[in-house]
Amino acid sequence: MKHVSKWALDAAALRGASYADVRVIVQRSRALTTKNGKVGSASDAESVGMNVRVIADGAWGFAASAELGRGAVEATAARAVEIARASARVKQGDVRLAPQQPVVAEWSTPYKVDPFTTSVEQNIELLLKIDAELRSVAGVTLAETNLNFSREEQRFASSEGADIHQTKLSTGVGYAAYAFAGSEIQKRSYPNSFGGQWQNKGYELIEELKLVESARRIAEEAVALHEADQCPEGTFDIILDSSQLGLQIHESVGHPIELDRVLGMEANFAGTSFLTLDKLRTLRYGSGLVNVVADARQEHGPGLGTFGYDDEGVQAQCIPIITNGLFTGYLSSRDTAHTIGESRSGGTVRAEGWNRLPMIRMTNVSLLPGQRPLSLEQLIASTDHGILMQTNRSWSIDDKRYNFQFGCEIGWEIKGGKRVRMVKNPSYSGITTEFWNALDAICSRDEWTLWGTPNCGKGQPQQVMGTGHGAAPARFRGIKVGSAFKGN
Amino acid sequence: MLTQEQAGAIFDRIRKISSADEVEVLFSGGKFALTRFANNTIHQNVAEENHVVSVRTAFGQKTARATTNKFDDESLHLVVKNSEALARVQHPDPDLLTMPDDRCGGGADEASAPKQTRFFEQTAAITPELRAAGVKKIVAVADRHKLTAAGVFSSGEYFEGMFNSSGLTRWHTQTSAEISVTMLAADSSGWQKANSPDIANLGPERLAETAAQKAVDSAYPKEVPAGKYTVILEPAAVLDIVGFMFWDYSGMAILDQRSFLTGRIGIRLFGENITIMDDVAHPLQSGSPFDGEGVVRKRIGLVESGVVKRVVYARATAERMKCSEHKDSVGPIEATGHGFALPNEMGEMPMNIVFAPSDEPQTLERMIASTERGILVTRLWYIREVEPFEKMLTGMTRDGTFLVENGRVQGGVRNFRFNESLIRMLSNVEAMSAPVRSCGEESFDMVVPAMKVKDFSFTEVTKF
Repeated sequence: MKHVSKWALDAAALRGASYADVRVIVQRSRALTTKNGKVGSASDAESVGMNVRVIADGAWGFAASAELGRGAVEATAARAVEIARASARVKQGDVRLAPQQPVVAEWSTPYKVDPFTTSVEQNIELLLKIDAELRSVAGVTLAETNLNFSREEQRFASSEGADIHQTKLSTGVGYAAYAFAGSEIQKRSYPNSFGGQWQNKGYELIEELKLVESARRIAEEAVALHEADQCPEGTFDIILDSSQLGLQIHESVGHPIELDRVLGMEANFAGTSFLTLDKLRTLRYGSGLVNVVADARQEHGPGLGTFGYDDEGVQAQCIPIITNGLFTGYLSSRDTAHTIGESRSGGTVRAEGWNRLPMIRMTNVSLLPGQRPLSLEQLIASTDHGILMQTNRSWSIDDKRYNFQFGCEIGWEIKGGKRVRMVKNPSYSGITTEFWNALDAICSRDEWTLWGTPNCGKGQPQQVMGTGHGAAPARFRGIKVGSAFKGN
Repeated sequence: MLTQEQAGAIFDRIRKISSADEVEVLFSGGKFALTRFANNTIHQNVAEENHVVSVRTAFGQKTARATTNKFDDESLHLVVKNSEALARVQHPDPDLLTMPDDRCGGGADEASAPKQTRFFEQTAAITPELRAAGVKKIVAVADRHKLTAAGVFSSGEYFEGMFNSSGLTRWHTQTSAEISVTMLAADSSGWQKANSPDIANLGPERLAETAAQKAVDSAYPKEVPAGKYTVILEPAAVLDIVGFMFWDYSGMAILDQRSFLTGRIGIRLFGENITIMDDVAHPLQSGSPFDGEGVVRKRIGLVESGVVKRVVYARATAERMKCSEHKDSVGPIEATGHGFALPNEMGEMPMNIVFAPSDEPQTLERMIASTERGILVTRLWYIREVEPFEKMLTGMTRDGTFLVENGRVQGGVRNFRFNESLIRMLSNVEAMSAPVRSCGEESFDMVVPAMKVKDFSFTEVTKF
């Protein structure tokens, strides 16, 4: 890999690039699914390639190739410079990079069991066992399971002297039970929707999740939802479980703090942000209990946004995003840090693979747990009348990230501190800052989970990225519930 | 790019390497470049080239797939070995069929294949300089209107090929160019997007002017209360919302009981003015004329005068359906050439959707002129399914939402959140324009009309 980087950096310099970086990447993945007792898909994939990102004439250029021979690598570097010069024809100013001390380093995801050393037979046996448990419940009409492993080895080198060899490993697993009856389809997923739980871990993740043990309950809930009442419409106190809260953080905190969105760079696709620069350190984002960080460091946990160095060679950091309710930080890159007066990038730049341009992505954007001991059951016990909502089913938010609406798979009405009935099709909606200011209780660390969102889309061409979101169940006062079904 | 002859030679090498009963090899890839601009500046500008070889092997009723983008001998040996190792440990699949031969669904020259080339040299020849020149024209329009432009100008050439041990050979090449423009003002925005295999069909200045006019006309948006409105949905808004139902026009989705069409095929589900087909050969469509097993795509009438007539099938799904409890209630059952590459759990899907023209197509202007009070919608955003059987969808309006009163556009309004059933929406269509090729961000490209729809449900208003 090292010689590939050198060929590319030399070729870019020779053609006049004022800055260049190179990523050589080897990705491998295994994906297995089952459906109603049969293996649905079984695939193994590898993808190998390199890219060169340059600044020439004050503008960016990027080119990628699957060919790693010297001629192809040098041609790719030359193409990147040619593209940068074309970019320079339409610019308002030169690219400004925040300084970065070049790093020479090795980093790998810590793991106990390399998932690629587990046998496919063992993987399929587990999935079919779960599938059998799900379908043992009368009324389940469709059972689906999935198991995914991926490994990415990357060598990053820059014209400033950085040389970082990094290997990231991730595992994902989950399942869902569907029940079709009459004119309704109900669904329950475990441990979460979007293919379950995903973390930068080895096979040990699968052993921690009590997958088989939870299958029957999940299937029974899918069937029981048909008998449940429709979730009432109105204004309620709501409690969100940690997985739903993880997605709420993703959509209504994680995306609006991306500085490239704020600066209009995503205006044509993902949208912009209500968090204009004047709001930094002035906006009351949430109540005083709200503390959110963007933390890519291993000590935060094995999230999909955990790494040693980002794709610009910047070391993983913890950025305070919301501090005691006050908005305190953005996700930034080397070419945007100056716009918020920072002398250093926030280290949040990542690319989906060797053929994609690195860009600002969420790392692990997490709501810190409450300081006082508080379990979910204690939180329910302290709620007079409300709705507990679990596991996301639908999610939508406007292109400035103000108005959102989420639907969940299952809800529970709480009266007098007790769950009194299951309700189906629960949904809630609101305006981002009003919602976070309505938070009045967060469960403590022992209820906190670092969830993985494997399907975050952004950029053109679109890149799908994994992000992490830690959360403990929390309560929000006076939230609009059920308007999704209003008038229908 | 890889040629059919080169791919054929690689397939021959793979066949010799493999010890499986059957071998299928998919080739795909090409060259792609995209120039992205924002704040009247090109800020991202990328190019890539990649070729992928994907090998499916089968031992009796067991099959699996392995994929690589390395074409050297060692990598080809490894990808075959990985595919075979994965296949050998599968449980036998009683529904797995032997690989199709070259006659399956008709040869590649059958009438259903596109009659015109979808590969245009002038599109393949687009350079970074040409894209930058196009962006410069767009930025000039923004400057003239005192607006800020953001968007993309992309171009590429692609191939898709398939060979299998039953003698099937398929090959398709295509070019594509796309321009998308957002124009931003202080409190409003406008948007336009178009793509085509032939760059000659795209006009950056025309798209920029339309987007700019929308941004100007929707400035100082008023807040109008949520509620039921007559809406006029431009074609991009129509395609993004209707796209959410086509996963359900699948035999596998019926067998899995996850389709909203379960028990509804043969009944009138939509208004009589709705007729929808899947037709890869339509002159405004694009894409390859064969499916993931190499079966030639047939033209399928999905909805006729509001009645759902049939769904599409991969080969194995069709065989399963013929033996199922649904077999007498789903219309014609046959492999239609819409299957995904095997093995997969989703089966098939129609992806070359064409809405038939109405008896009396209306221009957008005429629809506006006949509207006493309504909302004109440029595009929709972040659409998600709220309830799967009534196909309740939610989402937002974006980049040009206008109040129409007394037959005239009165000005911009703050964006709405909608919660609407697709079944009800397609039952409430009062007028349609002539169908056009359209593209959005939430669904795949289609040939769709603009629609005037009564009683469309907006449930909330956002802050801008």
